Amino acid sequence: MLELLHHPWPWYVTGPLLGLVATSLLVIGNKQLGVSSNFRHLCAAVFPRNVAFFKYDWTRTGLWNLVFAGGIVVGGFIGGVLLASPEPVAVTARAHADLAGLGVHDFAGLVPHQLFHWGALLTLKGWLLIVGGGFLIGFGTAYAGGCTSGHGITGLADLQLPSLIAVIAFFAAGALASHFLLPLLLSG
Amino acid sequence: MTTAAPVTPVARAGERMLPAYFLAGVLFGIVLTKGELVSWFRIQEALRFDGLYIYEVLSSAFVVATPLFWWLKRRRLRSLAGEPIAIPPKALGRGRRYVIGGAIFGVGWGLTGVCPGPLFALLGAGVGVIAVMIFSALAGTWVYGYLRPTLPH
Repeated sequence: MLELLHHPWPWYVTGPLLGLVATSLLVIGNKQLGVSSNFRHLCAAVFPRNVAFFKYDWTRTGLWNLVFAGGIVVGGFIGGVLLASPEPVAVTARAHADLAGLGVHDFAGLVPHQLFHWGALLTLKGWLLIVGGGFLIGFGTAYAGGCTSGHGITGLADLQLPSLIAVIAFFAAGALASHFLLPLLLSG
Repeated sequence: MTTAAPVTPVARAGERMLPAYFLAGVLFGIVLTKGELVSWFRIQEALRFDGLYIYEVLSSAFVVATPLFWWLKRRRLRSLAGEPIAIPPKALGRGRRYVIGGAIFGVGWGLTGVCPGPLFALLGAGVGVIAVMIFSALAGTWVYGYLRPTLPH
Protein backbone atom coordinates (compact mmCIF):
# COMPACT_ATOMS: atom_id res chain seq x y z
CA MET A 1 0.00 0.00 0.00
CA LEU A 2 2.74 2.46 1.01
CA GLU A 3 4.66 1.32 -2.06
CA LEU A 4 1.68 2.34 -4.17
CA LEU A 5 1.59 5.80 -2.55
CA HIS A 6 5.16 6.45 -3.67
CA HIS A 7 4.17 6.23 -7.31
CA PRO A 8 2.81 9.33 -9.02
CA TRP A 9 -0.97 9.41 -9.10
CA PRO A 10 -2.74 9.21 -12.48
CA TRP A 11 -4.92 12.07 -13.72
CA TYR A 12 -8.15 10.24 -12.93
CA VAL A 13 -7.16 10.14 -9.25
CA THR A 14 -5.62 13.62 -9.07
CA GLY A 15 -8.39 15.57 -10.85
CA PRO A 16 -11.35 14.14 -8.91
CA LEU A 17 -9.48 14.65 -5.61
CA LEU A 18 -8.98 18.33 -6.49
CA GLY A 19 -12.71 18.57 -7.11
CA LEU A 20 -13.40 16.91 -3.76
CA VAL A 21 -11.06 19.27 -1.87
CA ALA A 22 -12.89 22.26 -3.39
CA THR A 23 -16.23 20.70 -2.42
CA SER A 24 -15.06 19.89 1.11
CA LEU A 25 -14.22 23.56 1.76
CA LEU A 26 -17.78 24.50 0.84
CA VAL A 27 -19.13 21.81 3.14
CA ILE A 28 -16.87 22.72 6.06
CA GLY A 29 -17.58 26.43 6.14
CA ASN A 30 -18.86 27.74 2.79
CA LYS A 31 -15.32 28.62 1.71
CA GLN A 32 -14.13 28.82 -1.90
CA LEU A 33 -10.86 27.15 -2.82
CA GLY A 34 -8.47 29.86 -4.00
CA VAL A 35 -4.82 30.02 -2.99
CA SER A 36 -3.73 33.41 -4.39
CA SER A 37 -6.02 35.29 -1.97
CA ASN A 38 -3.44 34.41 0.65
CA PHE A 39 -0.96 36.87 -0.88
CA ARG A 40 -3.52 39.61 -0.26
CA HIS A 41 -4.26 38.38 3.26
CA LEU A 42 -0.54 38.31 4.09
CA CYS A 43 -0.11 41.86 2.75
CA ALA A 44 -3.14 42.96 4.79
CA ALA A 45 -1.73 41.29 7.90
CA VAL A 46 1.86 42.46 7.63
CA PHE A 47 2.10 45.62 5.53
CA PRO A 48 -1.28 47.22 4.79
CA ARG A 49 0.02 50.82 4.98
CA ASN A 50 -2.76 53.06 3.71
CA VAL A 51 -3.68 50.97 0.69
CA ALA A 52 -7.46 50.50 0.48
CA PHE A 53 -7.06 47.02 -1.08
CA PHE A 54 -5.49 45.82 2.18
CA LYS A 55 -7.78 47.58 4.65
CA TYR A 56 -10.14 44.83 5.73
CA ASP A 57 -10.47 42.35 8.57
CA TRP A 58 -8.11 39.66 7.26
CA THR A 59 -8.62 37.49 10.34
CA ARG A 60 -12.32 37.22 9.58
CA THR A 61 -12.08 36.60 5.84
CA GLY A 62 -8.60 35.18 5.45
CA LEU A 63 -7.48 33.29 8.53
CA TRP A 64 -9.06 30.03 7.37
CA ASN A 65 -7.23 30.35 4.03
CA LEU A 66 -3.85 31.07 5.63
CA VAL A 67 -4.35 27.97 7.79
CA PHE A 68 -5.24 26.07 4.60
CA ALA A 69 -2.02 27.36 2.95
CA GLY A 70 -0.05 26.17 5.98
CA GLY A 71 -1.62 22.78 5.36
CA ILE A 72 -0.44 22.89 1.73
CA VAL A 73 3.16 23.37 2.92
CA VAL A 74 2.84 20.31 5.18
CA GLY A 75 1.14 18.37 2.38
CA GLY A 76 4.00 19.35 0.06
CA PHE A 77 6.43 17.87 2.57
CA ILE A 78 4.42 14.65 2.85
CA GLY A 79 3.89 14.28 -0.91
CA GLY A 80 7.22 15.66 -2.07
CA VAL A 81 9.58 14.28 0.57
CA LEU A 82 8.04 11.43 2.60
CA LEU A 83 6.20 9.95 -0.39
CA ALA A 84 8.60 11.23 -3.05
CA SER A 85 8.53 9.38 -6.34
CA PRO A 86 11.87 7.70 -7.03
CA GLU A 87 11.56 8.22 -10.80
CA PRO A 88 11.67 11.47 -12.79
CA VAL A 89 8.26 12.85 -13.79
CA ALA A 90 7.08 10.74 -16.72
CA VAL A 91 6.31 13.45 -19.25
CA THR A 92 5.56 12.41 -22.83
CA ALA A 93 8.46 11.55 -25.14
CA ARG A 94 7.52 14.62 -27.13
CA ALA A 95 7.79 16.89 -24.07
CA HIS A 96 11.10 15.26 -23.17
CA ALA A 97 12.55 15.95 -26.61
CA ASP A 98 11.08 19.44 -26.69
CA LEU A 99 12.55 20.44 -23.30
CA ALA A 100 15.88 18.74 -24.08
CA GLY A 101 15.99 20.90 -27.21
CA LEU A 102 15.74 23.95 -24.95
CA GLY A 103 18.71 22.79 -22.92
CA VAL A 104 17.00 20.93 -20.06
CA HIS A 105 18.80 17.64 -19.54
CA ASP A 106 18.27 16.91 -15.85
CA PHE A 107 14.69 15.70 -15.43
CA ALA A 108 15.11 14.64 -11.78
CA GLY A 109 12.96 16.14 -9.04
CA LEU A 110 9.85 18.31 -9.22
CA VAL A 111 11.55 21.36 -10.72
CA PRO A 112 14.78 21.55 -12.78
CA HIS A 113 17.69 22.10 -10.45
CA GLN A 114 19.46 24.21 -13.10
CA LEU A 115 16.75 26.89 -12.73
CA PHE A 116 15.68 26.61 -9.10
CA HIS A 117 18.64 26.85 -6.75
CA TRP A 118 20.06 29.61 -4.58
CA GLY A 119 23.00 30.23 -6.91
CA ALA A 120 20.55 31.09 -9.71
CA LEU A 121 19.82 34.33 -7.87
CA LEU A 122 23.35 35.48 -8.70
CA THR A 123 22.62 35.45 -12.43
CA LEU A 124 20.43 37.93 -14.32
CA LYS A 125 18.37 35.14 -15.89
CA GLY A 126 17.83 33.39 -12.58
CA TRP A 127 16.85 36.67 -10.97
CA LEU A 128 14.37 37.37 -13.79
CA LEU A 129 12.89 33.88 -13.47
CA ILE A 130 12.55 33.68 -9.69
CA VAL A 131 12.03 37.29 -8.64
CA GLY A 132 10.42 38.57 -11.86
CA GLY A 133 8.29 35.46 -12.36
CA GLY A 134 7.12 35.54 -8.73
CA PHE A 135 6.23 39.22 -9.04
CA LEU A 136 4.11 38.59 -12.17
CA ILE A 137 2.32 35.72 -10.40
CA GLY A 138 1.46 37.91 -7.41
CA PHE A 139 0.52 40.96 -9.48
CA GLY A 140 -1.50 39.06 -12.09
CA THR A 141 -3.46 36.86 -9.68
CA ALA A 142 -4.41 39.85 -7.54
CA TYR A 143 -5.44 41.79 -10.66
CA ALA A 144 -7.49 38.87 -12.02
CA GLY A 145 -8.90 38.06 -8.58
CA GLY A 146 -7.80 34.43 -8.69
CA CYS A 147 -5.44 31.82 -10.06
CA THR A 148 -5.47 28.26 -11.31
CA SER A 149 -7.34 27.16 -8.18
CA GLY A 150 -9.77 30.04 -7.59
CA HIS A 151 -10.68 30.54 -11.25
CA GLY A 152 -9.52 27.24 -12.77
CA ILE A 153 -11.18 24.91 -10.27
CA THR A 154 -13.71 26.83 -8.14
CA GLY A 155 -14.88 29.43 -10.67
CA LEU A 156 -15.18 27.02 -13.57
CA ALA A 157 -17.02 24.44 -11.46
CA ASP A 158 -19.45 27.20 -10.49
CA LEU A 159 -19.86 28.02 -14.21
CA GLN A 160 -18.74 31.62 -13.77
CA LEU A 161 -17.98 33.50 -16.97
CA PRO A 162 -15.28 35.76 -15.43
CA SER A 163 -13.36 32.64 -14.43
CA LEU A 164 -13.60 31.19 -17.93
CA ILE A 165 -12.20 34.44 -19.34
CA ALA A 166 -9.35 34.42 -16.80
CA VAL A 167 -8.53 30.75 -17.48
CA ILE A 168 -8.40 31.31 -21.25
CA ALA A 169 -6.21 34.39 -20.67
CA PHE A 170 -3.70 32.63 -18.45
CA PHE A 171 -3.46 29.51 -20.57
CA ALA A 172 -2.95 31.62 -23.72
CA ALA A 173 -0.36 33.87 -22.08
CA GLY A 174 1.29 30.87 -20.42
CA ALA A 175 1.63 29.09 -23.77
CA LEU A 176 3.11 32.20 -25.37
CA ALA A 177 5.57 32.70 -22.49
CA SER A 178 6.60 29.06 -22.59
CA HIS A 179 7.13 29.12 -26.36
CA PHE A 180 8.81 32.50 -26.75
CA LEU A 181 10.23 33.70 -23.40
CA LEU A 182 11.32 30.46 -21.75
CA PRO A 183 13.79 29.63 -24.59
CA LEU A 184 15.47 33.01 -24.01
CA LEU A 185 15.88 32.26 -20.30
CA LEU A 186 17.25 28.78 -20.97
CA SER A 187 19.70 29.72 -23.72
CA GLY A 188 23.34 30.31 -22.94
CA MET B 1 -17.78 46.63 28.31
CA THR B 2 -15.85 47.02 25.11
CA THR B 3 -17.35 48.16 21.85
CA ALA B 4 -15.83 45.29 19.86
CA ALA B 5 -18.11 43.58 17.35
CA PRO B 6 -20.10 40.79 18.97
CA VAL B 7 -18.77 37.31 18.29
CA THR B 8 -21.58 35.48 16.58
CA PRO B 9 -22.09 31.75 17.01
CA VAL B 10 -21.29 31.29 13.32
CA ALA B 11 -17.96 33.11 13.70
CA ARG B 12 -17.12 30.89 16.69
CA ALA B 13 -18.01 27.80 14.70
CA GLY B 14 -15.73 29.13 11.94
CA GLU B 15 -12.80 29.20 14.33
CA ARG B 16 -13.62 25.70 15.50
CA MET B 17 -13.25 24.63 11.87
CA LEU B 18 -9.62 25.78 11.56
CA PRO B 19 -8.23 22.25 12.07
CA ALA B 20 -10.52 21.04 9.27
CA TYR B 21 -9.17 23.71 6.91
CA PHE B 22 -5.66 22.71 7.87
CA LEU B 23 -6.36 19.04 7.06
CA ALA B 24 -7.98 20.01 3.75
CA GLY B 25 -4.82 22.00 2.97
CA VAL B 26 -2.63 19.00 3.81
CA LEU B 27 -4.69 16.83 1.46
CA PHE B 28 -4.53 19.51 -1.25
CA GLY B 29 -0.74 19.74 -0.86
CA ILE B 30 -0.37 15.96 -1.15
CA VAL B 31 -2.59 15.91 -4.25
CA LEU B 32 -0.58 18.76 -5.83
CA THR B 33 2.70 16.93 -5.31
CA LYS B 34 1.68 13.30 -5.95
CA GLY B 35 -0.45 14.45 -8.88
CA GLU B 36 2.64 16.26 -10.23
CA LEU B 37 0.83 19.60 -10.53
CA VAL B 38 3.85 21.14 -8.79
CA SER B 39 6.09 19.73 -11.51
CA TRP B 40 7.68 22.31 -13.79
CA PHE B 41 8.03 19.53 -16.36
CA ARG B 42 4.28 18.78 -16.32
CA ILE B 43 3.29 22.45 -16.61
CA GLN B 44 5.67 23.03 -19.53
CA GLU B 45 4.42 19.81 -21.17
CA ALA B 46 0.90 21.27 -21.05
CA LEU B 47 1.75 24.84 -22.09
CA ARG B 48 3.90 23.61 -24.99
CA PHE B 49 1.10 21.27 -26.12
CA ASP B 50 3.31 18.22 -25.70
CA GLY B 51 0.89 16.21 -23.58
CA LEU B 52 -2.63 16.08 -22.17
CA TYR B 53 -1.96 15.32 -18.49
CA ILE B 54 -2.78 18.76 -16.99
CA TYR B 55 -5.83 19.09 -19.23
CA GLU B 56 -7.07 15.66 -18.11
CA VAL B 57 -6.59 16.63 -14.46
CA LEU B 58 -8.45 19.94 -14.77
CA SER B 59 -11.25 18.38 -16.86
CA SER B 60 -11.83 15.58 -14.37
CA ALA B 61 -11.77 18.07 -11.45
CA PHE B 62 -14.45 20.02 -13.32
CA VAL B 63 -16.54 16.91 -13.99
CA VAL B 64 -16.49 15.99 -10.29
CA ALA B 65 -16.86 19.46 -8.73
CA THR B 66 -19.50 20.97 -11.01
CA PRO B 67 -22.42 18.64 -10.14
CA LEU B 68 -21.43 18.65 -6.45
CA PHE B 69 -21.40 22.47 -6.34
CA TRP B 70 -24.71 22.58 -8.18
CA TRP B 71 -26.30 20.09 -5.81
CA LEU B 72 -25.00 21.83 -2.65
CA LYS B 73 -26.33 25.19 -3.83
CA ARG B 74 -29.63 23.78 -5.04
CA ARG B 75 -30.36 22.03 -1.76
CA ARG B 76 -29.50 25.24 0.13
CA LEU B 77 -27.58 23.13 2.60
CA ARG B 78 -25.78 24.64 5.55
CA SER B 79 -22.05 24.19 6.00
CA LEU B 80 -20.73 22.42 9.10
CA ALA B 81 -19.89 25.88 10.48
CA GLY B 82 -23.55 26.83 10.14
CA GLU B 83 -23.84 29.29 7.28
CA PRO B 84 -25.87 28.54 4.14
CA ILE B 85 -23.74 27.34 1.25
CA ALA B 86 -23.75 30.02 -1.43
CA ILE B 87 -20.97 30.96 -3.86
CA PRO B 88 -20.96 34.69 -4.57
CA PRO B 89 -20.78 35.41 -8.32
CA LYS B 90 -17.67 37.30 -9.48
CA ALA B 91 -18.53 40.67 -10.99
CA LEU B 92 -17.84 40.64 -14.71
CA GLY B 93 -17.85 44.43 -15.18
CA ARG B 94 -16.08 45.16 -18.42
CA GLY B 95 -14.05 42.03 -17.91
CA ARG B 96 -10.72 43.72 -18.47
CA ARG B 97 -9.25 42.65 -15.14
CA TYR B 98 -9.72 38.99 -16.08
CA VAL B 99 -8.06 39.37 -19.47
CA ILE B 100 -5.18 41.62 -18.41
CA GLY B 101 -4.63 40.17 -14.93
CA GLY B 102 -5.01 36.63 -16.25
CA ALA B 103 -2.47 37.32 -19.00
CA ILE B 104 0.07 38.84 -16.58
CA PHE B 105 -0.28 35.84 -14.28
CA GLY B 106 -0.03 33.56 -17.34
CA VAL B 107 3.33 35.03 -18.34
CA GLY B 108 4.65 34.37 -14.83
CA TRP B 109 3.19 30.88 -14.90
CA GLY B 110 4.63 30.02 -18.31
CA LEU B 111 8.06 31.34 -17.33
CA THR B 112 8.31 29.66 -13.95
CA GLY B 113 5.99 26.68 -14.36
CA VAL B 114 4.61 27.47 -10.90
CA CYS B 115 1.24 28.83 -9.75
CA PRO B 116 0.21 29.86 -6.21
CA GLY B 117 -0.87 26.46 -4.80
CA PRO B 118 2.35 24.76 -5.93
CA LEU B 119 4.39 27.69 -4.55
CA PHE B 120 3.35 26.64 -1.06
CA ALA B 121 3.63 22.91 -1.81
CA LEU B 122 7.14 23.25 -3.28
CA LEU B 123 8.25 25.14 -0.18
CA GLY B 124 7.18 22.13 1.87
CA ALA B 125 8.81 19.78 -0.61
CA GLY B 126 12.13 21.40 0.19
CA VAL B 127 12.80 23.70 -2.78
CA GLY B 128 14.18 26.47 -0.58
CA VAL B 129 14.62 29.17 -3.21
CA ILE B 130 10.82 29.09 -3.71
CA ALA B 131 10.66 31.24 -0.55
CA VAL B 132 12.15 34.08 -2.60
CA MET B 133 9.46 33.57 -5.24
CA ILE B 134 6.72 33.70 -2.59
CA PHE B 135 8.21 36.92 -1.28
CA SER B 136 8.24 38.47 -4.75
CA ALA B 137 4.65 37.29 -5.31
CA LEU B 138 3.73 39.19 -2.13
CA ALA B 139 5.53 42.24 -3.52
CA GLY B 140 3.59 41.85 -6.78
CA THR B 141 0.28 41.67 -4.94
CA TRP B 142 1.21 44.69 -2.83
CA VAL B 143 2.13 46.76 -5.89
CA TYR B 144 -1.16 45.75 -7.53
CA GLY B 145 -3.04 46.91 -4.42
CA TYR B 146 -1.15 50.21 -4.51
CA LEU B 147 -1.80 50.80 -8.24
CA ARG B 148 -5.33 49.39 -8.21
CA PRO B 149 -7.14 52.77 -8.39
CA THR B 150 -5.22 53.64 -11.57
CA LEU B 151 -5.65 50.31 -13.40
CA PRO B 152 -8.45 49.38 -15.83
CA HIS B 153 -10.91 46.81 -14.44
